[in-house]
Amino acid sequence: MELVEAIILAVLAASTPLLIAATGELVTERSGVLNLGVEGMMIVGAACGFAGAWLTGSILIGALFGIVAGTMMSLIFALMALGLAVNQVATGLALTILGVGLSGLIGAGFVGERITPAVHLFIPGLTDIPLVGRVLFGEDGFVYVSIALVVGVWWFLYRTRAGLVLRACGDNHVSAHALGYPVLRIRTFAVMFGGACAGLAGAYLPLAYTPFFIPGMTAGRGWIALALVVFSSWRPGRLVVGAYLFGAVTILQLHAQGWGVGIPSQFMSALPYLATVIVLVLLSRARSGGSTAPAALGTVFVPDR
Amino acid sequence: MRKSFLALATGLLLAGTLSAASAADKLKVGFIYLGPIGDLGWTYQHDLGRQALVKELGDKIETTYLENVPEGPDAERSIEQLVRAGNKLIFTTSFGYMDPTLKVAKKYPNVHFEHATGYKRNPNMSTYSAKWYQGRYIQGLIAAKMSKSGVLGYIGSFPIPEVVSGINATMLAAQSINPNIKVKIIWANTWFDPGKEADAAKALIDQGADVIMQHTDSPAAMQIASERGKLAFGQDSEMIKFGPKTQLTSILDTWGPYYIERVKAELAGTWKSEDSWGGLDSHMFAMAPYTNMPDEVKKMAEDAQAAITAGKLHPFKCPIVGQDGKPVECKGGDHLDDGQILGMNFYVKGIDDKLPGK
Repeated sequence: MELVEAIILAVLAASTPLLIAATGELVTERSGVLNLGVEGMMIVGAACGFAGAWLTGSILIGALFGIVAGTMMSLIFALMALGLAVNQVATGLALTILGVGLSGLIGAGFVGERITPAVHLFIPGLTDIPLVGRVLFGEDGFVYVSIALVVGVWWFLYRTRAGLVLRACGDNHVSAHALGYPVLRIRTFAVMFGGACAGLAGAYLPLAYTPFFIPGMTAGRGWIALALVVFSSWRPGRLVVGAYLFGAVTILQLHAQGWGVGIPSQFMSALPYLATVIVLVLLSRARSGGSTAPAALGTVFVPDR
Repeated sequence: MRKSFLALATGLLLAGTLSAASAADKLKVGFIYLGPIGDLGWTYQHDLGRQALVKELGDKIETTYLENVPEGPDAERSIEQLVRAGNKLIFTTSFGYMDPTLKVAKKYPNVHFEHATGYKRNPNMSTYSAKWYQGRYIQGLIAAKMSKSGVLGYIGSFPIPEVVSGINATMLAAQSINPNIKVKIIWANTWFDPGKEADAAKALIDQGADVIMQHTDSPAAMQIASERGKLAFGQDSEMIKFGPKTQLTSILDTWGPYYIERVKAELAGTWKSEDSWGGLDSHMFAMAPYTNMPDEVKKMAEDAQAAITAGKLHPFKCPIVGQDGKPVECKGGDHLDDGQILGMNFYVKGIDDKLPGK
């Protein structure tokens, strides 16, 4: 029983940064913008988040630093890809390269420092319930925020007029423009939201996951978040499934190795990716034709003035 | 995709930094690093070696380093960049740079290369490595003494001979203290991913291990062990900051003396292709202070270290029995020979696991 609880806790911790970053990117892509710079925004968020927490002693301020840093990074992207209508793929990749370098520079002075990680919730009585107590009532704040974030994004996209307009921009920016909606401004906000989420996801790593900063500590999680958005076919509900599935297979393969299941570890390490691909194939087969990607995704829009 | 872009970017950055470099009469020495110099592990230690080199011979040489260079074919471009920039002695500091280094070495016979932890050589390409298994043996002794559950947790990077020989040395030592000791092995299949290393450490502890050892590069496992009140060994560098009450000791890579020696040879014109594989006796690595253990365990560790340094104790002393129960052929007299250790691809008896790919 304790082991099951420990595994679930580890899965939630491993999935949370993916979920936060992917939720942000989902909103960005729903507005029709493909920002491949998630990894770069995350790692800068990690460096700044750690710096903030180390300087002030507050995890909350650290998280805010991460959010602001991610947003600033995304503004560079918005300036290039939206303002100057530069190719989005190239800009996104450049943003990642910039982010990796910049985070090393920002974090250089903090390498080797330690902070006290984010505290976990504790409600006497509830947190002590076996099996589910710590899972439901004993997480750190980031986990609850990530759930609230996905629910909020779902509500925004499907239950508000603003969400409808944002999706319209992503599917047909010409029509949205013709109807009088400020396509570029809406997309800028969507990109900023994506950056803020990526920054928060990055900050989660040194603030809660492994409470120290090391250059390159995101280790490709930004790319997995990008893949999860495709996996989810741009739907928040499926994103939750995808993120937790990926996290679960990652953690379970580690445990399986410890139990000595006898399957080569190389195969086990590939399992999370394999599982994701298989589910993706099944989903696309089950769908009744047509792509679910926002129709205008990645295309440049220059309004006629 | 990402890797090639990063390599391209490092290439461009390199072109920028190199054009700025000058001083024609100084010997130019180049370094290729796998990780960032701030990784607090493998690359960090290599850079400490480079810094020691600069301190010692700074008036005669000029060093350049390239960090975050991916292993594999991409590395070739980076190594060649260093050659074109006029570096006459180039250290490539990871196993995966072996073939790229050899390729570039054959192309530029007048430049000397030093490849860490590999086995391919050329008249202008040396190899160097350390007998870390000696340190792992000492760790195995300590681990068996300190473990209450009798289960050790081992985080591996990739199932290559260097890592496998480390696991075997650890277990042979541990079995000499407690014949029933168990080890749980988790392969991270990466050298550096703090999150994944932390997850592996959590899994090992959740499955009952109470002493964690790692052959991956970040202090994440140490930090988790510290959080859970368990014990752990550092890797490559001093990690006691991440577990003041947790770290038992750590194998410290000390490349400085070797780098200084080789550069001096290059300056004197006596450099030649060699295979250097040094242990505790030749100071290729050192052990961090023995901490968080009773005095008698500390004394045992120090005695073992002294015996290994003096050549009186060999971790792979025969008979070595494989998992199949059959003794391994003893090619080195009373111990396994270097070739057997460098190519080790089997687990010793008592490891209740299967070596990946076997």
